[in-house]
Amino acid sequence: MKFKVRGIETFASTGGRPFDKNKPLIVFVHGSGLSHMVWVLQTRYFAFRGYSVLAVDLPGHGLSSGKSLKTIEEMGNWIGDVIEAVGCKQASLVGHSQGCLVTMECVAQHPEKIKTLTLMGGASAIPMNPELLSLAEKSNPKAVDLMMDFAHGPAGHFGGHPVPGLYHLNVGSMIVQNKEIKDTLGVDFRACDNYKNGPEIAKKLDLPTISILGAQDKMCRLKDGKKLADMIKGSEVHIIENCGHMMLLEEADQTLEILKKFILKNDPIK
Amino acid sequence: MDPKTYKFDTLSLHAGYQPSKNAGSRQIPIYQTTSYMFDDVDHAAALFNLERGGHIYSRMSNPTVQVLEERVCALEGGTAALATASGMSAIFLTIMTLCNAGDHMVVSSQLYGGTVNLFRLTLPKFGIKTTFVKPRDTEGFKKAIQPNTKGIFGELVGNPGNELMNMPEVSKIAKEAGIPLIIDSTYQTPYLCRPFEHGADLVVHSLTKWMSGNGSSMAGILVEGGTFDWMQNDKFPSMTEPYEGYHGLSFAEEFGPTAFTMMARAEGMRDMGPCLAPQNAWNILHGIETLSLRMEKHCSNALKMVEYLSNHESVAWVSHASAPGHPDKELAEKILPKGTGSMIAFGIKGGKEAGAAFINNVKLASHLANVGDARTLVIHPASATHSQMDEATLKFAGLSHDMIRLSVGLEDFEDIVNDFEDGFRAAKKPRLVANK
Repeated sequence: MKFKVRGIETFASTGGRPFDKNKPLIVFVHGSGLSHMVWVLQTRYFAFRGYSVLAVDLPGHGLSSGKSLKTIEEMGNWIGDVIEAVGCKQASLVGHSQGCLVTMECVAQHPEKIKTLTLMGGASAIPMNPELLSLAEKSNPKAVDLMMDFAHGPAGHFGGHPVPGLYHLNVGSMIVQNKEIKDTLGVDFRACDNYKNGPEIAKKLDLPTISILGAQDKMCRLKDGKKLADMIKGSEVHIIENCGHMMLLEEADQTLEILKKFILKNDPIK
Repeated sequence: MDPKTYKFDTLSLHAGYQPSKNAGSRQIPIYQTTSYMFDDVDHAAALFNLERGGHIYSRMSNPTVQVLEERVCALEGGTAALATASGMSAIFLTIMTLCNAGDHMVVSSQLYGGTVNLFRLTLPKFGIKTTFVKPRDTEGFKKAIQPNTKGIFGELVGNPGNELMNMPEVSKIAKEAGIPLIIDSTYQTPYLCRPFEHGADLVVHSLTKWMSGNGSSMAGILVEGGTFDWMQNDKFPSMTEPYEGYHGLSFAEEFGPTAFTMMARAEGMRDMGPCLAPQNAWNILHGIETLSLRMEKHCSNALKMVEYLSNHESVAWVSHASAPGHPDKELAEKILPKGTGSMIAFGIKGGKEAGAAFINNVKLASHLANVGDARTLVIHPASATHSQMDEATLKFAGLSHDMIRLSVGLEDFEDIVNDFEDGFRAAKKPRLVANK
């Protein structure tokens, strides 16, 4: 659905159901350069089982208008505004990769609005390889190829998409290339590289939190994901074997099962 | 720093398959099954409602067929693929997903005869009309576009005359009009050309031909490039507006670069059901393992054949984009740098009777209605593959009665030449030997 946030037209997938502000809300936040499309194998499930779902496109991404936000702090604050813009008071947040930094920042800025936090493929900091960052800021398509290489585990490189007929690397690549690379991926990578608040915020988090990590993640390595989880009080940790950074697609079923248990336990439908 | 993603030959052998998820089986298992167990009612509901990936019924998808889909998709550089029972069903499925009654297509006139008949005779029954344009008439494609036109379709190298469509330029025309360019790339295979790199949005193949190479199995495929923005205009409401068949799902909104394939599978395979048999998928996969090696030999043998035929006293003309003086030679060098394929059309002196004598007297070359086999194949299109066309349509499609269509195989070149010499000898005295 399309709605206004700070006066700018914003798109969020509602998982194929009409949005209902009276149902418990789950907000999904994508990673660098991506869009709502990465969440399709999680969002539709919750949307058809009593939840309201918003898989947002960050400003300038996917089907949202406006320009990309330049800092993780701005993005975190913007997510808080999204919850308000759709007439809700609280939401569970689910972030992937950069989305983990954004959702943590949102909790820090709007603690009253957030019920639970799910971090997929996260780390407390995501410093960028300088060459990759430079390529992205120059809109060089090689940046996307490198990102797809790093983002998928060894199994993902062969294929085996959960949806018959889809090919992992090229789907991800085309989602990113849907926009000018420097305006989305370049801006996002720079925002990740600059962001330093992660460890401090993680230590202060006090809400039900789960980290879902890929054992063969090369973008945010397993040890960094575990380190982040250790910083968060009471955080659950689930490691998906034989999986890279894109667990939400590479191992969509396992990811959904873990997420289901966590959400149903901590943010049940009343 | 370079990406370490797998390259073409590696993908030909490995893409789409993980042994660890198949009992460690190094070879791809043939899932000879119609249906798949659900974990519980919730799992079944989720699968039916496209909430999660997986298999329900082999008309929609099958694990062996899925490997083929991903493999071809990887080789083409596409986002998604959907295998079908034949190349023709891939084209039909594509058009039926793209168009509604009252819509219009702009189509290259030089196509396989079955495809011509589909657009000329069958699709009008469903209210879908076509304007044919000669493949070299790039401006003609632009002029033929109407407000209700939903796409441009063509074979990159036309069957059987070997005229090239200027894909990059026609792609610009399609983009300006906000409609997709669909290329039948059967003749090229992704080894010779990856149409998405030249502006195509959708690609179809008859996998029965060079992709398989063994002449054992029928199969087709639709591949999506993920390049076309279905939401840029209001021409494609079935892609962009809520679809009743899946609780108001908007395919374009939800699936973006894979929307067309998702729609073609969810609606087309569900309602029309031209599914590929898993055994056939497995046979095609075997062929793809050696695609590069075979295409190299096909192309090198074809080049030698072009030279041999061009210098033969019994040959009136030769059409192959590599041939000196071919009008599309420059374009072919640009978009087909690895070779222009192994299809050659040539005219035999003495016309139709000489052609019949030639075909009846070659022994090694097989006279049949297929192309792209590992073996050399010959046919006289005007009396076979294109025989259902009237004189005017034949002429418009660039066919003549002296034309022989040759699909050059992988045999030793000298053996093919010796065989052809027998044919040409007989063609000089057609009345005596035509029915030998």
